[in-house]
Amino acid sequence: MRLELRESVPWWLSLSAPLMAIVLSLLLASMLIVWTGESILDAFRMMAIGAFGSTFGLTETLSRAIPLTFTGLAAAIAFRARFYNIGAEGQLYCGALAATLVGTGLLELNAIWMIPLLFIVGALAGGCALLLPWYLKTRLSVDEVVTTLLLNFVILLLVSYALEGPLRDPMSMGWPQAAPIIDSGILPALVPRTRLHAGIYFALAAAVILWLVLRFSVFGFSVKALGLNDNAARHAGIPAARTLFWVAMLSGAMAGAAGVSEVAGLKGYLTLDLSPGFGYTGIAVAMLANLHPLGVVVSATFLAGISVGADSMGRSLGVPSYIADIMVASAVLSVLIGLMLSRYRIRR
Amino acid sequence: MEPPSASLDPLASAAGGDGSPILSINGISKHFGSLIANQDISLSLHTGEIVALLGENGAGKTTLMNILFGHYRADSGSIEAFGKPLDQHSPEEALERGIGMVHQHFTLADNLSVLDNIMLGTESLWKPFSRRHGARKRLKQIMDDAGLSVDIDSPIRNLSVGERQRVEILKALYRDVRILILDEPTAVLTPQEVDDLFILLRSMASRGLAIIIISHKLHEVLSISDRVVVLRGGRVVGNARTAEVDRNQLAEMIVGRAVERPSVVARPAGEQLLALKAITVRDRTTRRATLNRIDLQIRAHEIVGVAGVSGNGQAALASVLSGLCTPDEGEFILQGEVMKRPTPRMLTGKGLARIPEDRHSQGVISEMSLWENLLLDELGQQPVWRMGLVLDRNMARHQACQLIEEYDVRCHNEEQPVGLLSGGNMQKLILARNLARSPDVILANQPTRGLDEGAISTVHSLLIDARNRGAGILLITEDLDELLRLSDRVVVMHDGHMSESLPGAGLTARELGLRMSGAFDNSPT
Repeated sequence: MRLELRESVPWWLSLSAPLMAIVLSLLLASMLIVWTGESILDAFRMMAIGAFGSTFGLTETLSRAIPLTFTGLAAAIAFRARFYNIGAEGQLYCGALAATLVGTGLLELNAIWMIPLLFIVGALAGGCALLLPWYLKTRLSVDEVVTTLLLNFVILLLVSYALEGPLRDPMSMGWPQAAPIIDSGILPALVPRTRLHAGIYFALAAAVILWLVLRFSVFGFSVKALGLNDNAARHAGIPAARTLFWVAMLSGAMAGAAGVSEVAGLKGYLTLDLSPGFGYTGIAVAMLANLHPLGVVVSATFLAGISVGADSMGRSLGVPSYIADIMVASAVLSVLIGLMLSRYRIRR
Repeated sequence: MEPPSASLDPLASAAGGDGSPILSINGISKHFGSLIANQDISLSLHTGEIVALLGENGAGKTTLMNILFGHYRADSGSIEAFGKPLDQHSPEEALERGIGMVHQHFTLADNLSVLDNIMLGTESLWKPFSRRHGARKRLKQIMDDAGLSVDIDSPIRNLSVGERQRVEILKALYRDVRILILDEPTAVLTPQEVDDLFILLRSMASRGLAIIIISHKLHEVLSISDRVVVLRGGRVVGNARTAEVDRNQLAEMIVGRAVERPSVVARPAGEQLLALKAITVRDRTTRRATLNRIDLQIRAHEIVGVAGVSGNGQAALASVLSGLCTPDEGEFILQGEVMKRPTPRMLTGKGLARIPEDRHSQGVISEMSLWENLLLDELGQQPVWRMGLVLDRNMARHQACQLIEEYDVRCHNEEQPVGLLSGGNMQKLILARNLARSPDVILANQPTRGLDEGAISTVHSLLIDARNRGAGILLITEDLDELLRLSDRVVVMHDGHMSESLPGAGLTARELGLRMSGAFDNSPT
């Protein structure tokens, strides 16, 4: 049995992979729901209502989708170039740390300047967090999976030190948290009395820009070529190290922006529990979207919806909300299989 | 399971001189989906006979041998060896029944001695001690009988390619093989080593071994085989005594029509385009020189052929010339300008084109479409990039269609992934990408390896056209016929050294062969 490339992949086939994956993960989840003794329909209805059925639910889902979109984009661009950046979590905290350093009183500008400044600083910080892995990979061929993953812990410890020491807010009553971002740096809320903030515009813009860059630019073409066959790309004269440098910078920048939007939009100040693993979930988001920047927006919303919906289902029915994690995991696994089957056919 | 006797003589009598075949393949068919790999193939082999299995790539030779060896199961048909059908469909069964195969790529462990390599896999894992003494005696006996000698205690890494092949043959003989299949046995050998191999095969055949040689080199087939079986499109299209056919008939059988390989018409070379001066490249870990003070120049209107057994520095030469590796010493001059730290893109900008050695891994990106692959070399340079930055996808597709038409690349459309093209069409695509910008210097590394006759003649005429238009071409190839036919001058590489250049006209394969085995190093040329 072997796999062989399809001559062409019709659009409906490439779209069917994620859809099949979602159906498959719902099926798997329903088996578990049956096991808990609840009605499947009730459970899924509660989930859908919880995630999308009310202003509160919808805004919660969308505000959770913002950091996931950013980290999903971070993974998408890096993985396209086969630069396996597993360190979005760390880069997210780098971005958040930078935004805290600049945004807690160091500078006072109008919101029109302050907010973009925070994003730029955070993105830069996130990108710089990938400099070392990039250097080690291109010069010494050290595997970036290892370096980016381990850097997460280094960065987390650094943030922890900063929050316990130099950056601790004197008004925090001893809690390890930084001073709040000044008012002009706070991302305005979009719907009153909800947590949805203007970060969503930044996330959407980032997705669209990234899509255009990858599809139409020399850089995007180089990334695609390098990711599919770096040997042939090098032979054709595509500068691998230089292209990967910009890939690393962009990927880190996206993750850093996720940190900025959380600090300046959702929370208002930096804590150690800023991210419940958004960096890692971003990988799942990107996979589910087949590394497509616009797909990332959809899959981030979907995954955010699942976890918000599962929380609400957990509250109203006797189904544990952990089911969300199972659904996400099974969706990612089945989308990978589905994508493979849509690009290759099986020959015996 | 191993009879104690190693002599081949009893086998000759066992099979009998009555003319009944020891191996008969009857009506084998094998389909992969809609692809017909083998269709009703019948073949017989007698004791002491050498049969050549000829055919282009994709003609079904490999599939047939894989079926014989039990790797695949035929859809229909049967195989009989020594009067009994092979019905287990496993490689172990084939071996047990006395069928052995020497693969094109050797399967030897470099760090083990010849003896260990040969014994590997012949003894039960549960035995506490290996019986090396007995094995050594038996191996000596086999070597004496077959008339071939190898130092059985030397590790494989110290052996030449020809010796390694002999080890592979010994490995088969040690397992009492009575039918030996050799897959492209001459691909890696110098002409002298080929002669030695053929003498060896003849003497083994005269002792009763039956041999099948898979090959696509016509002159070798004609000189060694008793009988030729030609496959085309999965069917047997020719089955003749070698003495009764000539080269042209065979070539026509293989391709299905008359093919003429083009050759060059001599003309004076023009100005110098590229020069290497005392170029040295050392291996990064061992510091051994893979290129040792190489001097070379390429002028307009000429094809310079590089001969040599593979692994004698051609790879390093190609990567220096394509800009993938900066030489440790020496000067690389392109169009009169010294290239200090060349990159592939820089060289492309200065009019150099490359046809990489390995089409699949270096030449194309299989999962990308045809039109995308046609853009690879000059990103941002061609008019399809607006302002040198933004890709005009429609224009790129349009340009691709023109190139596909011009270079006759057979495909469904420009959107299909390149990985689905045949080798010949893939090479035409690479040539289209490189030749479309009328390069001044072309580095052609094994441009026709693995291609069929039709594609070879297309590639050759494209290269000759480029030369006649004024390009200088460096042709690195293992195919001596191609080398002699196309080259205005020939240089020979051995162990990182390069010979003085020899005029291509009047050069024979034999002369080249002597130099390929290193004769130019110590003798004044």
